[in-house]
Amino acid sequence: MSETVTSTQVHGGGATADQIVSVDSATNQHIQVRINRGEAGEIEGRWEEFTVPLAKGMVVLDTVLWVQAHQANDLAARWNCKAAKCGSCSAEINGKPRLMCKTRVEDFNLAEPILIQPLQTFKRIKDLVTDVSWNYRINATIKPFTPRQDREWKWFQHDADRAQEMRKCIECFLCQDVCHVLRYQTEEKPQFAGPRYFVRTAGLDFHPMDGAERLEQLADEHGLGLCNITYCCSEVCPEHIAITHNAIIPEKERVVDEFHDPVKKFIRKIQKKK
Amino acid sequence: MKQTLTAHVGAPGFGKTERRDAWWLEPLLVVLGFATFVAYSTWAAFQVSNYSYGPYLSPFFSPYIRPDWWPANWSTAFFVLWIPGGFRASCYYYRRAYWRSLFASPSACAVSEPKRDYTGETGTIARWLPILHRWFLYLSLIVLVWLWIDVVKAFDFDGHFGIGVGTLVMLINVALLSFFTLGCHALRSLVGGNARCFSCAPGGNARYGMWSFVSKLTQRHKLWAWFSLFSVGLTDLYIRLCAMGVLHDIRIV
Ligand code: SF4
Ligand code: SF4
Ligand code: FES
Ligand code: FES
Repeated sequence: MSETVTSTQVHGGGATADQIVSVDSATNQHIQVRINRGEAGEIEGRWEEFTVPLAKGMVVLDTVLWVQAHQANDLAARWNCKAAKCGSCSAEINGKPRLMCKTRVEDFNLAEPILIQPLQTFKRIKDLVTDVSWNYRINATIKPFTPRQDREWKWFQHDADRAQEMRKCIECFLCQDVCHVLRYQTEEKPQFAGPRYFVRTAGLDFHPMDGAERLEQLADEHGLGLCNITYCCSEVCPEHIAITHNAIIPEKERVVDEFHDPVKKFIRKIQKKK
Repeated sequence: MKQTLTAHVGAPGFGKTERRDAWWLEPLLVVLGFATFVAYSTWAAFQVSNYSYGPYLSPFFSPYIRPDWWPANWSTAFFVLWIPGGFRASCYYYRRAYWRSLFASPSACAVSEPKRDYTGETGTIARWLPILHRWFLYLSLIVLVWLWIDVVKAFDFDGHFGIGVGTLVMLINVALLSFFTLGCHALRSLVGGNARCFSCAPGGNARYGMWSFVSKLTQRHKLWAWFSLFSVGLTDLYIRLCAMGVLHDIRIV
């Protein structure tokens, strides 16, 4: 293991070069990063280019922190864990929504500058920091876990698997950012909860001991039908949750099952007649 | 409670992105793949001859239906072809593929799209897709049984058991079609996916077993969708070329 020189970690402002570039991982190379900066509400922003010393194994967040420490002390960026678990360092890197702390610099063509932008779907607060509070308001509309009373509390691992996949979500909102339903509409967005909340709903709906009904809310208020299953959310999820495959499509199918299946309708009719 | 997001106005217009990779390649290949298949299958479906050879029958013409009143110079393919056609047109994978490639909605992730009045799968036609897909699933399962019967018949050379290259072609084709059909998302929900708790549901263990099996196929649904699409076309082509005398079908057994 390389010996990393650390000093006290300072959030959002004072990471030192030593913190980032460990003694034996430093190289003589330099790379260019182009960061999109701007004040609250600015959409286009302005691109600023910085030259950053390259270290082996460096991630994009390292370059941002280096710039913050050496060249632009007022550069705003959000981060917490640097371990791909807190979901705060979401940004768009070379046009793709990704976690800055999980994206290695060496994966890119270093002859070209690396582009770093804030999430495009949410309003900018400053530089790379956006206002994602809308997501929490949507979250609050979801019917919480409602334990069943009519059943013994006993279940097996295979009953819990589906719900557990959904519980891996770290709320980075990369899926919300990339989803074209939210991304490319003007002014007022459509009434659409977004993939993160289909994940949460599926996590509750597939909990073996949950008894609440959320289908109508999903179909109406949360706009499940607006999703055209183009899988972008699944492509960007850092937790590799199969969002479209295991949350959205199964929920869409539950809607069909409940309200539209021809054979089931027929069986229900016969049962009613009896 | 209405909670809409009033925020960032994304860049309108087609194809704007900061992405550096060849994001346009996949939609382009999909369009080319679809176009090739649609062109060939339409041509083949209009043919009135060369769809069978020896014990082999082209999948485009199965189940073989020819009522007496049907004019001799009209193709019978359309009696059945609307079923696999409708099944694929309403399939979740194909929907994803054409929403992206034909409607550019979006062509690729984080690439801007031209159309602004988006209704997704709530539109007049699109809202029926998942519902129709159920109907087409039931019908396609019946057609699949027929295709298997055709394969069994393809082992029968004038009352004697035999295997020709055509038998194997038909067998591979029906296997790929089965992997595609049995990996359907609607089937996945139907056999077990709609249960909220497997072990608490009646017949739960059996349903969990079926769900796990279907889930394995569903995982690769895109792959089976393409393989089976091309195998259907190639099977028809093989039988057609044999019937036309261009190819010679080799008897293995
Ligand atoms: S699959 Fe649906 S929810 Fe996910 S990004 Fe695409 S449209 Fe949005
Ligand atoms: S589902 Fe995945 S992409 Fe979406 S917020 Fe959760 S972890 Fe992030
Ligand atoms: S800093 Fe926590 S996920 Fe990147
Ligand atoms: S989802 Fe593709 S066949 Fe049903």
